[in-house]
Amino acid sequence: MLDLHGFGDQLLQGASITIQLALCSLLVGLILGLLGASAKLSNIKPLQWIANLYTTIIRGVPELLTVLIIYFGATTVLMAIASQFGYQEYIEIGPFAAGVTALGLTFGAYATEVFRGALQAIPKGQHEAAIALGMQPRRKFFRIILPQVWRVALPGIGNLFLVLLKDTALVSVVGLEDIMRKANVAVSNTKEPFLFYLVAAFMYLALTIVSMAVVHFLEKRASRGLTRG
Amino acid sequence: MELDFSVVIEYLPRLLTGTWMTIKLVLLSIVLGAIVALPIALARISKNWLVSGVPFAFIFFFRGTPLLVQIFLVYYGASQFEAVRESFLWPVLKEPFWCAIIAFTLNTSAYTAEIFRGAIQAIPEGEVEACKVIGMSKAQMYRRILLPRAFGIVLPAYGNEIILMLKASALASTITLLDLTGMARTIIARTYTPIEIFLAAGGIYLVISIFVIYVFRLIEKRQNRYLGTLSIKVPDKG
Repeated sequence: MLDLHGFGDQLLQGASITIQLALCSLLVGLILGLLGASAKLSNIKPLQWIANLYTTIIRGVPELLTVLIIYFGATTVLMAIASQFGYQEYIEIGPFAAGVTALGLTFGAYATEVFRGALQAIPKGQHEAAIALGMQPRRKFFRIILPQVWRVALPGIGNLFLVLLKDTALVSVVGLEDIMRKANVAVSNTKEPFLFYLVAAFMYLALTIVSMAVVHFLEKRASRGLTRG
Repeated sequence: MELDFSVVIEYLPRLLTGTWMTIKLVLLSIVLGAIVALPIALARISKNWLVSGVPFAFIFFFRGTPLLVQIFLVYYGASQFEAVRESFLWPVLKEPFWCAIIAFTLNTSAYTAEIFRGAIQAIPEGEVEACKVIGMSKAQMYRRILLPRAFGIVLPAYGNEIILMLKASALASTITLLDLTGMARTIIARTYTPIEIFLAAGGIYLVISIFVIYVFRLIEKRQNRYLGTLSIKVPDKG
């Protein structure tokens, strides 16, 4: 039988951190993605430029590098901002906050493209019908457009979430106590690298399978208004 | 906050040495990955689950787990076994460079196999039937018709995969390799200028990705030139 030398609990705690990190980054990323897509489709040129710059840079730079830049750079930037307001103490952001920022930014950049496609896939008639019913722009967006965008974008967003889940392992490099880090600790204590990394791999695999099931369920739910002839 | 970009110029030669290592890693694993991926994709298509089962598990494992775990499994994991340490493979498996190559190759081959499979299955059934009618053997059909056709279909997705591989190669720095990211980290350990050096490294990655995108656009144009008539614009009259 599998002998984890008492590190099983530690690995499960790591899994909990991994899940928290993934869900927080997902939330940040979804908001950034919607904002990015709206900016790309808006008529205001500077907004389009910012959104294009954002997606190009984030998608062209390795995720590991993004994590490192945020983790080591954020301290410098935050302290510079704080010193403008007369605050001179040392500020440090933890690996979790840095991870959520970096992975959220990454997810947001890819989600921007998915949402943009989905927003463009909504037939013009839907917009016109909402306006004809006298809906305000905000109400139209939340009641008519967003639920449909959600349905179209879900498969793409689901794929991105699977990528995000695996990218969480990168945050262990800056010291977050996730599955990967716990596995590292276990390895340095027991000298059984193959066993613990394999266990870690299967934990990620299990998380992947659960996420796939959830995405499948959500997809079914989101398209329940759609009858297939 | 004062950014001093003179360190970037001072350390540029070392960053470029790291860039060369990154390029070597990506090129080797992409080429080896494609070679490994082709048989996997062909086996995965098979309707016999005895043939398609193993490729399915392989692809599922390598796409479902983080690359970081895979690299650690190869680099640290292999040394757990006495048998491996004493075998003829050990000179290879103790080198971080070859461990990175092995992990990257296996990882990218899983993704590439799925891309290949999608492309082969996207070829219209009529072309397969046409091959059979002409009396081609299965090997001839694949070699003359299906694979060249798949190559054209595969290109956009394959270009993306190379860029993903380029970004994934940054993980080589976690097993002490001095690729672009690894080099940036060692420079920062000495100069303590994380923002400047990391931004410079990010810029270099960006330049390489843009170059890859450009090259693939050219190849795509060439490979799919027989489709060109479809996209010729009708000149305006008057």
